[in-house]
Amino acid sequence: MYGTIRHELRIARRAADVWALAGDAAKLHTWFPGIVESTVDGNQRTIVTATGISMPEEILVCDDRQRRFQYRITTPIFKHHRGTIDVIDLGDETCIVVYSTEADPRTMAMVIGSGTAAALQELRRQMERAN
Amino acid sequence: MGRKILFITTDQQRYDTLGCNGGTIARTPVIDGVAAQGIRYERATPQSVVCMPSRSTILTGQCPSTHGVWMNGVALPENAPSVAEVLAHAGYRTAIIGKPHFEPFLDAFARFPENGFCRAGTFGPHRGFEHFESATHGAAGPLHYAQWLAATHPEAVNMFYPVLDSALEVNALGGGATGAPQAWKNNIPRGWYHTDWVADRTISWLDSLPVDDDWFCWMSFPDPHHPWDPPASEIDRIDWREVPLPAGYVEDARERERVLDAKPRHWRAWYDGRMVSNYEAPLEWVPATLTADQLREVTALNAVECELIDEAIGRVLAAVAARGWDNDVDIVFTTDHGELGGDFGLMFKGPYHVDGLMRLPLIWRPAPSARSAPATVTRPVGLIDLAPTFCVIAGLPAAPWMESKALPVDDTDADARGFECVLTEWDSELWGVGVHLRTITRDGWVCTAYLPGTAHDGSEGELYDLAADPLQRENRWADPALTALRSDLLADLWDHQPVMARPLRAVEAPV
Repeated sequence: MYGTIRHELRIARRAADVWALAGDAAKLHTWFPGIVESTVDGNQRTIVTATGISMPEEILVCDDRQRRFQYRITTPIFKHHRGTIDVIDLGDETCIVVYSTEADPRTMAMVIGSGTAAALQELRRQMERAN
Repeated sequence: MGRKILFITTDQQRYDTLGCNGGTIARTPVIDGVAAQGIRYERATPQSVVCMPSRSTILTGQCPSTHGVWMNGVALPENAPSVAEVLAHAGYRTAIIGKPHFEPFLDAFARFPENGFCRAGTFGPHRGFEHFESATHGAAGPLHYAQWLAATHPEAVNMFYPVLDSALEVNALGGGATGAPQAWKNNIPRGWYHTDWVADRTISWLDSLPVDDDWFCWMSFPDPHHPWDPPASEIDRIDWREVPLPAGYVEDARERERVLDAKPRHWRAWYDGRMVSNYEAPLEWVPATLTADQLREVTALNAVECELIDEAIGRVLAAVAARGWDNDVDIVFTTDHGELGGDFGLMFKGPYHVDGLMRLPLIWRPAPSARSAPATVTRPVGLIDLAPTFCVIAGLPAAPWMESKALPVDDTDADARGFECVLTEWDSELWGVGVHLRTITRDGWVCTAYLPGTAHDGSEGELYDLAADPLQRENRWADPALTALRSDLLADLWDHQPVMARPLRAVEAPV
């Protein structure tokens, strides 16, 4: 069954600065707690979780103009997965970051989605600390 | 040297599975013997009928609304108060061995400490327990038992029932002789099964302590929670064909449906497979398909698991006696919540506040050195009362954050200290389906008010007379003759209702 989870967070930092980190596929492990490695080769990314699981991903969109990053986990346990990160400029030197997870099985949407919520918190911590 | 505390919990065990509570299928001589020497509670009620909120209540002495674990999958905050911490500060050696489940089990990113100790090669400390050695149902996952089995007996890992299906929902796969959901022939040797492992590790930890130390040991068996997959070598103890159907099972389908239709609509909707509101029951299983033989087999397998637990407890008590501690050890036995066990044609658990899930086995044998008289307590008590009870045993005042008081030692004590009612909560919001219940047990009645949710408009309720209707077949909520009683119970329910901690903590996983 299909499930979808969305988390969003306002960050007191310019959208361009936040996108520079959140839109860099190879740097995911620096702000996503529980991911210890992220390696990019063309449109393929492989992440390794702190539990030691390696997950291959396909990068679908990395759009600097829209500040949108989309990817899908291609490991067979997923019938479907799509992760989307949007960085939305609020025009006041702050932005909102939206991290959406769609997955079948839906249980994985919830499990990954709770990780993305923690990731957004860490992204804000890093961005606002560096401000 | 003070009184030591052996706190024994099982998972999802019905009141009527113990001989001392009238059970006739499982033989439980060890716990029956403990009960004969101690205090047996006839109306012990959980504050939640699922694991994580209930276990958090045991640890904190707080209602789910207060500690914030409002449904399974919500992590107990790491800085939540803990009775184990209180005891540790008082000089007690502390351990939890077996199933903890204060934090979500499905943890892809290793975010929760509970799941990380084994990976790190450590055993805590955590939440006031200096020793934290964990297990759950089966051999999957990062906990100590699973990793021990994988390292020492890898051939046994796949012998257990697959708890989750390929869609990561609770599995509806049938097994055993009747195809009952979550029944399974598990060829694991008995000595490798988690029940004996929990006892072995408990004995090992106790043996590591100097004889003069005071200690608090929470021995937490994962069984008899489903899956019902005890070691195959043991299942012939009880011939399922000879097992009587539970009293709560309504054999006539038409009558069963009439009983269900008199309850709020999510009861019948689940029975018919139209609505599964919570993760704890198999998504693909339709209760209406349950056969009498399937129920007999599940009941028998459940009873085998209860017997194995009883025997494991016997081994631990023998080890305690061998250390010369027996005279100074308080034994407390209970479970986190019950099991529907065929009542109304249902199994597993969910938002159903009836005796199958709400009436729990609870036994306290004070240390013989305390010279307490055996008793039976009929007044309502809750698992919330355990934390202050442990404080009293240790000679400590209850912590100010505890929302309860130490268990009464008899009905006179209960009356003197105002044990009149107990509350239970249910909240779940999963995949757009919300269910919210508030229940009071008082004066021989159980009254449940429904808050607005997916299937309820907030006007629904349940009212049962526990003496006249011990199987809760007749919902008296709408009985005009009981309007005044219902109003009084509801007034008491809302007067005692704790304030829900806001904002609600995030649901991190379904379980």
